[in-house]
Amino acid sequence: MTRPDPNSANTATTGTPAAPEVEQPVEALADPTAAPEVAASLVPPEIVAQTLREYARGQVLRIRGGDSGVLPVVLALVVIVIVFQAISPNHVFLSAGNIVNLFQQSSYFMVFAMAEIFVLLLGEIDLSIGYVGPVGAVIAVQLVQPSTTNWPWLPAVIVALIACAVIGAVQGTLVTRLRLPSFIVTLAGLLIFNGVLLIVLAFGPFSGYPSLGGQKPNPHALYDWMWGHISPTGGWIAMAVIVGALGLNSFLRDTRRRRSGLVAPPLSLTFIKIVFLAAVGVAVVAVCNVNRAHIGTLAGVPWSIFIVLGVLGAWTFLLGRTRYGRYVYAIGGNAEAARRAGINVNMVRTVAFVLCSLTAGIAGLLYASYLGGMSNNVPGGQLVLYAVAGAVIGGTSLFGGRGKIAHGVLGGLVIGGIYNGTYLLGLQVQWQFIVTGGVLIAAVTIDALSRRGSASGGVGRV
Amino acid sequence: MTDAKVDEPLLKVRGLYKSFGAVQALADVDLDLPAGAVTALCGDNGAGKSVLIKCISGIFEPDHGQIYWEGRPVHIRNAHDASALAIETVYQDLALADNLDIVQNMFLGRERLRRRLLDEDDMERAAAETLASLRVTTVRSIRQPVGSLSGGQRQSVAVAKAVMWNSKLVIMDEPTAALGVAQTTQVLELIRRLRDRGLAVALVSHNLIDVFAVADRIAVMYLGRKVVEDKASTFDRQSVVEYMTTGGLGLTAVGLLTGDGATRDAP
Repeated sequence: MTRPDPNSANTATTGTPAAPEVEQPVEALADPTAAPEVAASLVPPEIVAQTLREYARGQVLRIRGGDSGVLPVVLALVVIVIVFQAISPNHVFLSAGNIVNLFQQSSYFMVFAMAEIFVLLLGEIDLSIGYVGPVGAVIAVQLVQPSTTNWPWLPAVIVALIACAVIGAVQGTLVTRLRLPSFIVTLAGLLIFNGVLLIVLAFGPFSGYPSLGGQKPNPHALYDWMWGHISPTGGWIAMAVIVGALGLNSFLRDTRRRRSGLVAPPLSLTFIKIVFLAAVGVAVVAVCNVNRAHIGTLAGVPWSIFIVLGVLGAWTFLLGRTRYGRYVYAIGGNAEAARRAGINVNMVRTVAFVLCSLTAGIAGLLYASYLGGMSNNVPGGQLVLYAVAGAVIGGTSLFGGRGKIAHGVLGGLVIGGIYNGTYLLGLQVQWQFIVTGGVLIAAVTIDALSRRGSASGGVGRV
Repeated sequence: MTDAKVDEPLLKVRGLYKSFGAVQALADVDLDLPAGAVTALCGDNGAGKSVLIKCISGIFEPDHGQIYWEGRPVHIRNAHDASALAIETVYQDLALADNLDIVQNMFLGRERLRRRLLDEDDMERAAAETLASLRVTTVRSIRQPVGSLSGGQRQSVAVAKAVMWNSKLVIMDEPTAALGVAQTTQVLELIRRLRDRGLAVALVSHNLIDVFAVADRIAVMYLGRKVVEDKASTFDRQSVVEYMTTGGLGLTAVGLLTGDGATRDAP
C-alpha cells in the first residue's frame, strides 16, 4: 500500500504542522487529514483526561473549539446575580428570603423548559404546552374543590397528568403518522387548549376562578406544592441522602470503570464533583432554613425544589440510562440512521410528545399552586416562549440531538432570576420581556462566537 | 486472493428481476459473492448496482429470481432478514448519528442491557475489541462524538459497526467516494482485513483505481444487466471501462486491448 503523504493538501488546510516523516507500522498509521486539535476540542475532556491538569486543558480546548456547553448560561447567571444584587433596593436580591422566592418563581419556568427539551432533542417543537400544562392544572384544581367534586388531591393530579399525556399523544400522532409539521400542530394546540382552559375554568360556582385557598386538606395539598416546605432538619436529611446517593453512585461507577481498564475521569475530579455537589446542597438547605418570615417563623426547603429535582432526576435517568433515551438522541442526530438501525422512530417521537405534555402538566400544577388557584389570565403564549428560551439559554440545540434535561433547570433559573430581579426593582413587565430577550440573544451569541473559526462543523443551538 | 472458496459462493444471486413501474432496473442478474474475497460491482450511473445490493440487503424485494445463502434459497424481505443472515450493509452516507459517540453508534438499535438499563461498560469493551481487531487505532477515544472524526475514521466506524455482529457478508456502497487519498488508503486496508478474516465483501465503486487495488473479483453491470463477472486479474482498466460504458468488448474501436473478453457472457 502507498503511504499517505503527510504534506498533502488536506493537512495544509487544517493549519496543523505536518507529521514528521518517520516510518510507522501500518496499524499506527496516523490520519493526516484529521486535525488533532480540532478533533480533541470536541472530545468531552472527562473521557480522555487522566489528570486534573489534562481535564482543565481539555475543557478549555473544548470551549475554544466551539462547544461552549453550559458556559453562556453560567455567565448569564453570574451577571444576573451581580447586577441585581448591586442595583436592587437594599441589596435584597441575595437575601435568604428572596433566594427562596426566586427558586419558587423559577420552578415552573424550569419544569416547562424541561418539558420542551424532550421535543427539542428530536428537532421538533411543542408550542402548545403553554396551555396544555394549565389545562392539566385546572382539571386538578377543579377536581379537588370541596364544594363540587371534592376529590383527594393525588387522584386529581393523576387524572390531570393523564389528560396532558393524552393531549400529547394526539398531537404526537398527528406529527408522526400524518407527517404534519410539529410547529403547526402545536400552534393549533396552543389556541385549542386556551379555549379548553376557559371552558374547564367556567365549571362550578367559582366565576372562573377556582381557588386553592382555605384550609381544606386537598386544595391545601396542591397549594403546598409551591408554598409548603419541609422542616429544617428534614431538609438536611434529604440533602444528605440525595448528595450521598449521587456521590456514591458516581464514585462507584468511576471506580468500576477504572478497575476494568476503561477510561475514567481522574479520582481527584470525581471527588471535586462530589464536593461541589455537597457544597451546592449545603448552601441551598442553609439558605432555605434561614427564617424568612417578617413575623413568626418560616423556614425549610420548599416542596417545589423537590418536585423540580424529581423531574430532573427522572428524566435525566430516562434520557441517559435507557434505550428510549438513547433513541431520542439518535433520532435527533440522524433520524434516517435510527430508522435503518431498526428503531421505531414514530413511536419514540410520539412518546416524546407525551412526556413533554405530561411534564408540562407538572409545570402547570406548580404554576396553579404559585397563583393559589387558576384564572383566565394565564399567559400561556408567554410561558411556552419562556420554555423554549429557557431550554436554549440552558444549552439545548433547536436542531435536535444536543441538550440535557439539566439545561432546563439552568435556563429556568436565568428566566426566574430576571423575573425576580425586575420585580424587585419595581420595573414594569415590559422590562422583564426586554431583559429576557436580551439574555436569550446574548446566550446564543456567546455560543456562536465560541463556534466561529472552529473547523469542527458542530451544530449550534439555533 | 482465495480462489479455493470461489467454487462455493456464500451468496448466489440467480435470475434476479426488479422493475419500478416501466423501468426495468434489473434483468436476469446473476452474481456470486464468495467468502474470503472482495467482489467489486462496477457500472455507470443507473446500471443497477444500487438496486442489486438493495435487493440483497433487504431494502427492495426482487420481482423474480432467487437468492441462495450458503447454498440454500432465502427470501430477504427487509433489513432485519438480512442481518439475521449476517449480511450487513455500509451505506454511502454511513448512517451514523454525529451527536452520538463511537460506542453508541456501533450499538445503535442493538444496545446491550443489564437490568433493563444500558450496559455502557460492556458495550464500550466490545466496541474497543472490534476496533482493535480491525486495527482502527487512530481515534483518540471511542467515547468521542462521531461528528468529531475525519471521513476515514467515520468510514472505519461504519465498517466496524457492520462487522461487529459476526457478519459474513459486508456490502459497501461507494466507501471511498468522499475521502481523500490517505483516508482512502485506510479504508482499502480495512477492506483487505475483512477479506483476510474470511468475510465476503461486496464493493460498489466507480473508482477503478480502488477496485483494482482491493478487488479479487469484478462484476460489471450495464443497463440493468450483469455483462461480465470474473477474477480481477483477467481485467484491466480499459476493459472494465468499456464494459461499463458499452456493455461489451470490441463494440468500439478502442476495445481491442484484451483478448479473452469476447468469450464472456456478454448480453
